[in-house]
Amino acid sequence: MNACFERAFASRHTALILLMVLLAVVLPASLDIFRLNLVGKYLSYAFVAVGLVMLWGYGGILSLGQGVYFGLGGYCMAMFLKLEASDPVSTRIQSTPGIPDFMDWNQLTELPLLWKPFRHLPLAMLAVILVPALLAFVLGVAMFKRRVSGVYFAIMTQAVALILSVLIIGQQGYTGGVNGITDLKTLLGWDIRSDSAHYILYFTTVLLLGLVIHACQWVQQSKLGTLLLAMRDKEDRVRFSGYDVASFRTFVFCLAAILAALGGAMFTLQVGFMSPSFVGIVPSIELVIFTAVGGRMSLVGAVYGTLLVNLGKTYFSESFPDLWLFLMAALFIGVVMAFPDGLAGIYATSVRPWLLRRRTAALVAAPVPQDGNPASP
Amino acid sequence: MSPSELFNIVAMQGFAGLSLFSVLLLMGLGLAIIFGQMGVINMAHGEFMTIGAYTIYLCSHLAETFSPGLVPYYFPLAILLAFVAAFAFGWLAEWLLIRHLYKRPLDTLLATWGLSLGMQQGFRSTFGPKEVSPTLPDWLLGSWSPTDGLDIPINGLFVMVITLAVCALVFLAMFRSRWGLRVRATVANRAMANATGIDTRRTDRLTYAIGCGIAGIAGAAFTTIGSTGPTSGSLYIVDAFLVVTFGGAASLLGTIASAFSIAQVQSISEFFLTGSMAKVLTLSMILVILMMRPQGLFASKVRR
Repeated sequence: MNACFERAFASRHTALILLMVLLAVVLPASLDIFRLNLVGKYLSYAFVAVGLVMLWGYGGILSLGQGVYFGLGGYCMAMFLKLEASDPVSTRIQSTPGIPDFMDWNQLTELPLLWKPFRHLPLAMLAVILVPALLAFVLGVAMFKRRVSGVYFAIMTQAVALILSVLIIGQQGYTGGVNGITDLKTLLGWDIRSDSAHYILYFTTVLLLGLVIHACQWVQQSKLGTLLLAMRDKEDRVRFSGYDVASFRTFVFCLAAILAALGGAMFTLQVGFMSPSFVGIVPSIELVIFTAVGGRMSLVGAVYGTLLVNLGKTYFSESFPDLWLFLMAALFIGVVMAFPDGLAGIYATSVRPWLLRRRTAALVAAPVPQDGNPASP
Repeated sequence: MSPSELFNIVAMQGFAGLSLFSVLLLMGLGLAIIFGQMGVINMAHGEFMTIGAYTIYLCSHLAETFSPGLVPYYFPLAILLAFVAAFAFGWLAEWLLIRHLYKRPLDTLLATWGLSLGMQQGFRSTFGPKEVSPTLPDWLLGSWSPTDGLDIPINGLFVMVITLAVCALVFLAMFRSRWGLRVRATVANRAMANATGIDTRRTDRLTYAIGCGIAGIAGAAFTTIGSTGPTSGSLYIVDAFLVVTFGGAASLLGTIASAFSIAQVQSISEFFLTGSMAKVLTLSMILVILMMRPQGLFASKVRR
């Protein structure tokens, strides 16, 4: 038993280290900065996918509204950057200098109260975390206390995504409407559009992603992780054992929301804009499919899944735009019907036994002092 | 403002509400059967509506090219065809996809979303990316004005009539037919229904296909109001799910009540606010009420 756990522990760390080596060494060495920036953009989606592994794979709660938190994090960051980009000097041709251009176009004459805190970077960074966490907390408490779960929870989160995207598009003067917040230039005077900035932001994203995955692995290893799994499989038994199921679910929902928001903020920094097209229902479901392709139980798998689907999307929508949606449809259906555990499942059932067999074969071939390792885990 | 003008405003506003009510109800009815009765989360529901709409378009196109004399009369037949087409596709989808996933509701959601993506691309490849609309017969155009200054659009009335008819048929089928009996027995207790000799698998397939067929009729009726594009189905899907969930998933009466209340809130708030804010207000109200009463307006009495 103990050895089994130790091996699982070791393989988890190896997987994370391998992923970090791929992201931080192999990809920067082999791709130009344009492609690397693209990978960085995909990695910001991977934050959401990692959060969904915790929420959906471990917690058993499917949220179809993670785009909401991705968007909120991204918008909080974008609001700060936009205010910095629209200083009175560069916006002097507007009828009201010093406010973002879209507000001027919508006949706003002063900065709305909602935007005021975003003049300061620490407050904006706090908002990136707190605004999504607060929304997730309120929604989570309201729904989990009333034991809304499963399908109904999924539909409600979808409704939240619809509400937020309609709200953002409708309130053009306050949010930039359907175009979103564009023309972001500098972060505290540092030009985020230059190549060197793209490199630094890419490595920051990779580092942050590694830390996030490590933290999530820690949660999975702790008693909390065991409880989450127990609640997913036999909710009533956990409740009868005296645990407050709603609080744990709220926690994991908030965790997933914060991770999504971090991804959103990194997205805004790397891509240079934020728009409602990342908030609505369609992007939210796409985020779920990234997780499903990677494997809903595997944190590292979620990152690979995100990268793979997005690379496929970029390649196919450039070369065969008609084929892409059919392929996406096949991906959805195929993953659900044939590979419910995604890439990680394929690795666990076919690749790893093969590797182990090879290692055992090598051990048997070489003179071994003691008994060889048993092949089966 | 004179009293008669005020009356006209109230009447037209009331009609707008009723018209929205029938649209929502027609959208929700098929889903109330598939999601409410069977518990299948059919995210491709909107695309089955689009199948119906494209069927109408095809029929109008055929009627125009081959026998222009038939143009005034093709519509009723086309609606039947829309039902048949969506029914057939639904039957196929159930056989290929849904029946493997009954035990995993959340996975059905993802798989049917995939199905909807594929269908959208299918529409785009077949009919092109542009929105199309059928040539409507003359008797569907224009408006009816019983008094001076009061205009009631005929297409709205037509959708209302279709909704009434479909609603009546669904209720008859649900509560007065062998099929309805089987469906209700399967919903109440699948194992017991099996034991009494009901082929629940066949019932499932038929039920799913009928739900899709009703979606096809809904899509057909909506061609009188707006045009059809490859992705127009996705506009309806969340609304349809909210209508069914808000009403209490397993209750057909609940679906009617929820469609009515949602439509009234939406059309009244549209009178005072902009369209998007009215939508936000309506959706938020549904969400808050559902949070306080997760089982919806009409909870089912079945113990689970």
